[in-house]
Amino acid sequence: MTTTLSALTAIVLVNPVPWARAQMAFTLAFHIILVPLGVSWAFMTLIANYRGLRHSDRAALILAQRWSKFMAVTFAVGAVTGTVLTFEFGLLWPRFMGQWGEVFGVPFGFEGLFFFTEAIFIAIYLFGWRRLRPWAHFWTGVPIVLAGIFGSISVVAANAWMNAPTGFTLDSNGNVVDVDPIRVIFNDSMPWQAAHMLVAAYLVGGFLIASVYAVGMLRGRRDRYHYLGFVIAFTVGAVATPIQMGVGDGLARWVYSNQPVKFAAIELVPTTESDAPETLLGHLNENYTVSGGIPIPGLASWLSDPSTGKQTVVQGLTAVPPDQRPTVQQINIVHLCWDIMVGLGTLLFLLAVWYAVSWIFRRRMPQTKWFLRAAAVAGIVAVLTMEAGWVVTEVGRQPWIVYGHMRVEDAVTANTGVWITFFAVVILYALLGTTTILVLRGMGRRFRQTKGFTDHDTPYGPSALTEASTEAHADAGEAVG
Amino acid sequence: MSTAVAVVLLLAVVAYAVFGGADFGAGFWDLTAGGPDRGEHPRDMIEHSIGPVWEANHVWLIFIFVILWTSFPEAYASITLTLFVPLTIAALGIVLRGASFAFRKAVITLRYRRMFGAGFAASSVLVPYCMGAVAGGIASGRVPAGGQAGDPVHSWINPTSVLGGVLAVAAVAYLAAVYLVWDARRLSDNEMTEYFRRRAVVAAALVGVLGVVGIFVLRADAPYLFQGLTSRALPLVILGTLCGAGALILLVRDAARGGRLLAVVAVASVIVGWAVAQWPYILPETLTFSAAAAPTGTLTAMLVVVVLAALIVVPAFILLFVLHERGLLPEEGVGGA
Repeated sequence: MTTTLSALTAIVLVNPVPWARAQMAFTLAFHIILVPLGVSWAFMTLIANYRGLRHSDRAALILAQRWSKFMAVTFAVGAVTGTVLTFEFGLLWPRFMGQWGEVFGVPFGFEGLFFFTEAIFIAIYLFGWRRLRPWAHFWTGVPIVLAGIFGSISVVAANAWMNAPTGFTLDSNGNVVDVDPIRVIFNDSMPWQAAHMLVAAYLVGGFLIASVYAVGMLRGRRDRYHYLGFVIAFTVGAVATPIQMGVGDGLARWVYSNQPVKFAAIELVPTTESDAPETLLGHLNENYTVSGGIPIPGLASWLSDPSTGKQTVVQGLTAVPPDQRPTVQQINIVHLCWDIMVGLGTLLFLLAVWYAVSWIFRRRMPQTKWFLRAAAVAGIVAVLTMEAGWVVTEVGRQPWIVYGHMRVEDAVTANTGVWITFFAVVILYALLGTTTILVLRGMGRRFRQTKGFTDHDTPYGPSALTEASTEAHADAGEAVG
Repeated sequence: MSTAVAVVLLLAVVAYAVFGGADFGAGFWDLTAGGPDRGEHPRDMIEHSIGPVWEANHVWLIFIFVILWTSFPEAYASITLTLFVPLTIAALGIVLRGASFAFRKAVITLRYRRMFGAGFAASSVLVPYCMGAVAGGIASGRVPAGGQAGDPVHSWINPTSVLGGVLAVAAVAYLAAVYLVWDARRLSDNEMTEYFRRRAVVAAALVGVLGVVGIFVLRADAPYLFQGLTSRALPLVILGTLCGAGALILLVRDAARGGRLLAVVAVASVIVGWAVAQWPYILPETLTFSAAAAPTGTLTAMLVVVVLAALIVVPAFILLFVLHERGLLPEEGVGGA
């Protein structure tokens, strides 16, 4: 009896903070992979659709049609994981939502609007292939692209507000008494963060989809269908990469000016100094000394503000009391993820340069197998880069959930059973992830088995396919697997 | 202004029940369709019917949450703290449902098909039950004001919650059966028309019986709600009863039209009746809508969203509907490409 009771107490008294944080991180990490597909895939589909109509390119049309079908699946999965997130805001962070919901929540109202619009036009575009007039059908795809852009900006605006909370007035008890929705949405961090995430969506979406066709081409499917699938997606990713470096640089400087603690964690700067080195890898010890890594003298100062160069003063971690900065472990996570993001991002940039140089000088994409191998890995690399960047901004904000106003442990639920829901969520998401991949593979296989398209499936009216192109399209399906 | 936002919230709840509810209800009929041979035909019919809109109806649920946490944050915090367990089960159920519905199509062997089919069907029943139980917990005044946690167990295991849960399952099953009759008739599938017609009649009768039982449950367990239902919400209760009875008569007589509309109005008027009965409270007898309301700026922003929705989403929705009715969007399930 006593043992049962103490065992029960042990279960009941599990601190919800780390579990709530882990569950939120896990579900967001899952959802963020679907975001680029929801935001940028429609754009790429429309490029293929446009090419197909403009140049009577059947392979491009079939590519667009298949992409629209894959896109609908990832959108549906994103709807499920997004629904779970809306539950979690309340279930895991009720005190945060109770106090700040009226401010933080505002951008989500607009996000709901765009999400709705996106859902409707995805349905019209998806089911409109056979019977709508070709160009009218093309135009029904445009709202999907716009809704994706504005929807992601709205969500990021909410996250940016957590970094730069503005647009509200507090009374003497700390309760929100007045809200200025415009200032909430257009908070100081919003333009940089929204641009960074939006470009990331195109970058990751492009490389991720291109990697599927790179694998197909490595397996010898060098037909026009695969070529188009690769070139359209990879070009989008490659164009986004240098833009992303510029935007990222701007955002880093915003962090330098407005969230010095996060910046110090990124750059691993223990004490305030000028001529601060940029440390590649390495870690912070419990006594706030930096071990290992390759320090590049003065670079962190120089990058923070090139106009003052090495003289730029970088505020150190110890400039604020310990309870207002991340723990040493968190600081090391932030720094490592920063290095991963910048390092992998640079590799992607080099790959994009290779591709661009080949187009400029040879008027064709690189032909070597090594390029395709690199492109095949680039999809996963791009996802990792994005995840690392997201960890930097979230963990770097600790211990705050609302920067300077509310701490994470004051926001969390009182329910001590969160560790149970954490494991349930992990198991269910494993199931959901497997399902998604299996469904996409299954669709690819079915495309292949039907030997191209039957009349029933042909976009924009008939004209039987030749035997050769039928073979080519049949193979295309496999690539998706 | 908080009244206007409360009306919007109510409309979203009605829309979720009417559109999303049918998705869940279809899962209920999937669960009860019998063995793999006997149940194959109805299951195909169900799959065909909900395939194209797979999970998109959760948009309404997201909208409900957004309105709650922006416009009535104090009530939202109280609800999520108190009703943590049923809300968590509902969230997990939604994931399980989405995953297993698609999974069932992707796997070949019968054993796995049955396993994931069971997951889909069971979660389709679990989610509306939990939603109904949550509604019962709120309506019977078991969620305290002030962002406080109430009783974590009795807030959702109590007579009103059980009534709410069972009623929700029965109502969505009823709606789904009525829709499926209509779908089957459109496809000229006489066997399935008859199959779901019989089930719709049974479900309608069950909802009626639950309504009568509910009178006694609410009188004992949720006096404030009961008092509201028998006074200012009485016209709605009568409207719901008449529509429900009318729909039942049409179903029994196998009438071709009208049944769907009456069924929807019946369900909608019960939900609106609930809201009117607990007015002006969002958490009965402890927190009113106006006391829980966010500052004017936030409420204005939400109403702007609604106006924009009327300007953007409604025309888009009408376009979708018109194209669909004209047969310009041939059905082509997402997974059935």
